[in-house]
Amino acid sequence: MDHFEVFGLPRRLAIDTAELQRKFYELSRRHHPDFHQTAPPEEQARALEASARLNAAYRALRDPILRVEYLVRLEEGRDTKEGATVKPKAPPELLEEMFEIQEALAEAKAGGLDGAGRAVLVAQRDRLTARLRDEEARLVGPLSQHWDASPPAARQRGLAAMKESLAIRAYLRTVIDDLTDALGENQEGYVTNRRH
Amino acid sequence: MSRIVGIDLGTTNSLVGYVDETTGLPRVIPDAEGRVLLPSVVSFTREGVLVGEAAKRLLVRRPATTIYSVKRLMGRGYEDIKEELCYLPFKVAPCDGIVKIQVEDREVTPPQVSAIVLKSLKERAEQHFGEPIEKAVITVPAYFNDSQRQATKDAGRIAGLDVVRIVNEPTAASLAYGLHRLKEGVIAVYDLGGGTFDISILRVKDGVFEVLATNGNTHLGGDDFDRAIVVWLLDDIRSKHGVYLGRDSEAMQELRLAAEAAKIRLSVDERAALTIPFDGFTYHREIARTELEELIGKLVDSTLGPCRVALADASLGSSDIGEVVLVGGSTRVPLLRRRVRELFGKTPHSQLNPDEVVALGAAVQAHILAGGITSMLLLDVTPLSLGIETLGGIVSALIPRNTTIPTSAREMFTTSVDGQTIVDLHVVQGERELAKDCRSLARFELSGIDPMPAGMPKIEVTFLIDANGILQAQAKELRTGKAAAIEVRPTYGLTEAEVERMVEESFAYAEADVEARLLIETRNEADTVITHVERALRQGGELVSGDERESIRAALEELRRVRAADDREQIREKTTALNRATEHLAEVMMDAALKGALGSKRAAEIMESK
Repeated sequence: MDHFEVFGLPRRLAIDTAELQRKFYELSRRHHPDFHQTAPPEEQARALEASARLNAAYRALRDPILRVEYLVRLEEGRDTKEGATVKPKAPPELLEEMFEIQEALAEAKAGGLDGAGRAVLVAQRDRLTARLRDEEARLVGPLSQHWDASPPAARQRGLAAMKESLAIRAYLRTVIDDLTDALGENQEGYVTNRRH
Repeated sequence: MSRIVGIDLGTTNSLVGYVDETTGLPRVIPDAEGRVLLPSVVSFTREGVLVGEAAKRLLVRRPATTIYSVKRLMGRGYEDIKEELCYLPFKVAPCDGIVKIQVEDREVTPPQVSAIVLKSLKERAEQHFGEPIEKAVITVPAYFNDSQRQATKDAGRIAGLDVVRIVNEPTAASLAYGLHRLKEGVIAVYDLGGGTFDISILRVKDGVFEVLATNGNTHLGGDDFDRAIVVWLLDDIRSKHGVYLGRDSEAMQELRLAAEAAKIRLSVDERAALTIPFDGFTYHREIARTELEELIGKLVDSTLGPCRVALADASLGSSDIGEVVLVGGSTRVPLLRRRVRELFGKTPHSQLNPDEVVALGAAVQAHILAGGITSMLLLDVTPLSLGIETLGGIVSALIPRNTTIPTSAREMFTTSVDGQTIVDLHVVQGERELAKDCRSLARFELSGIDPMPAGMPKIEVTFLIDANGILQAQAKELRTGKAAAIEVRPTYGLTEAEVERMVEESFAYAEADVEARLLIETRNEADTVITHVERALRQGGELVSGDERESIRAALEELRRVRAADDREQIREKTTALNRATEHLAEVMMDAALKGALGSKRAAEIMESK
């Protein structure tokens, strides 16, 4: 059973999240181990499994970007994370700038940062963050809509476009994290993009 | 279904609660003297084990064998805690990954000490209900990792309890609140106890309590505030009296308790006075609330970072938070309330007693599990990402933090050498990229794999985090469909066999019987008075007449003589007599001490605060 099927939904990216949440609560009431504590062990085990599946499905579907990532994986027929990492790819229009940023990063690593150097890195990070938001908007907006609207035969192209977008997003997030590291702001309060 | 009680196993105090069937409301159970808080202190004496108030009274007299704040050691390795060992008067040593505490002639593990506290609560509940209690829900800090949760579960088992659920403290608190006023919306629960800090963001809707994000620090709490004060007092004493008391464990306990009392007082008053008699001098000092705030400011501020991360993880801003609930005794500190208000932009509240609310919530969760409540459902999360170590020591995350539990993840593994029949997996928990910076949970060994060329076997491992936040794992070789044997070696924990042995042993740690306990207490009281009188005679003996000194010495000798015998009545009689004999001396000394910096009208106040 895939995550869409858990909720009885068609394989589409447009999802009413309020309705998804309502359904999640309803199914949780049915499956959660808390309500099966007094049942025989086999039934408890079934409840545990159903509940774990439900939680995983809700997590994958409630966030529009995680939803795209999951769909790509599902369409490619991989149901574990193995080999699933989209290889990060620099945004083509920013290739030249990326080169500069990497250089600035290497410099920052080698000898400390002066005030001017910091300002440059902060400005770069702000720009890349804006670019990241744009990419995410494109992913959950036009790209998702396009995939939903395409007839099954024409979906491959849409899928490829989404993969490319995810790759650019992954790249931007890594560079933004590197910049944050170089600025020494990763101690407290700042949420790293890595690992998620 | 047998009765399930809810237990808050705290760093400083522990409580037990249940839901009253007739009112449907949770209640905490008092002991015979009407006290609901059981100090989480255990004292090992030759006569038997003391727990709670009786043990707390031994903190100063028997620092080496009276264990407190053991929750900070639960599920921890020696490396984790070695920096704070200098503050602990009892001896903690590394032992097979975990730590052991040396008391008298034996060694005990933190779960065994916690089990003694749990057993006392179990007996309290049994007395209350007049029936055996075998099942309990126990709360833990939300940010507790797998090892700390497992250690808590082990403690329950050693105490003879079937721990049907481990619940997170802030979430439990929200259940207690939810039962009173089911207001829908997003709430933040800020929970600062004696040793741990949690922040949880929840959405409450249609009776479902969905935790959106949680964060915290399992090594930050009121104990650290006390420590900051103690360090400051040590400095002050050194500059005023020229002695450093840092290595005198009795003095350190006196200082710690005085610091704690002053801190508590400063939550209400602007100033607090502390007077501590030491060998050779009496230390007196006033502390202003502003001074305290300077000492603990950094610690308070360090709770704000996790709050921001939790908000970000929940994809919320502080303006989305409908209400902020405070839990834990340390949230009485005014500075902390100010900081929390600034961060969330609204006044936090603690309508339910912050000391009791977690136990009340645990009772509610126990009632849900027993089938007594079906309208409420708690959906909690795992606080830390779970991953496995891959090539080069890099962590591959399988279950991200703040995933609703129970949850599972599957991953494929294979062999790297021809004919390999065993695969080792290293499971870690944490947010860092390198396995060595994360918390090592366990090493799994998959064995019995059919010999095949390298890379051929396809082993599917399923990791499951259950509703307690505890990891389970299963493995299957997909080509043959054969279940692979999987053996877990916890990095920081007890093995199944060790727990079994401790369950057996637990009878050896039986609490001293009432008679023995009273004798220990009486003797202890006598020791305290003897020490004080000896000190008083040294310091102020010349303030009274020679006759008076003689009669005090006589009373002292009398008490010393009966102290070793087992006659409790006699010890008490002689203690009272000695006390009476020194009343005048104490007064004279107090007056002498107050002449000078302090006005004599404050004498009564200082006497009181002592």
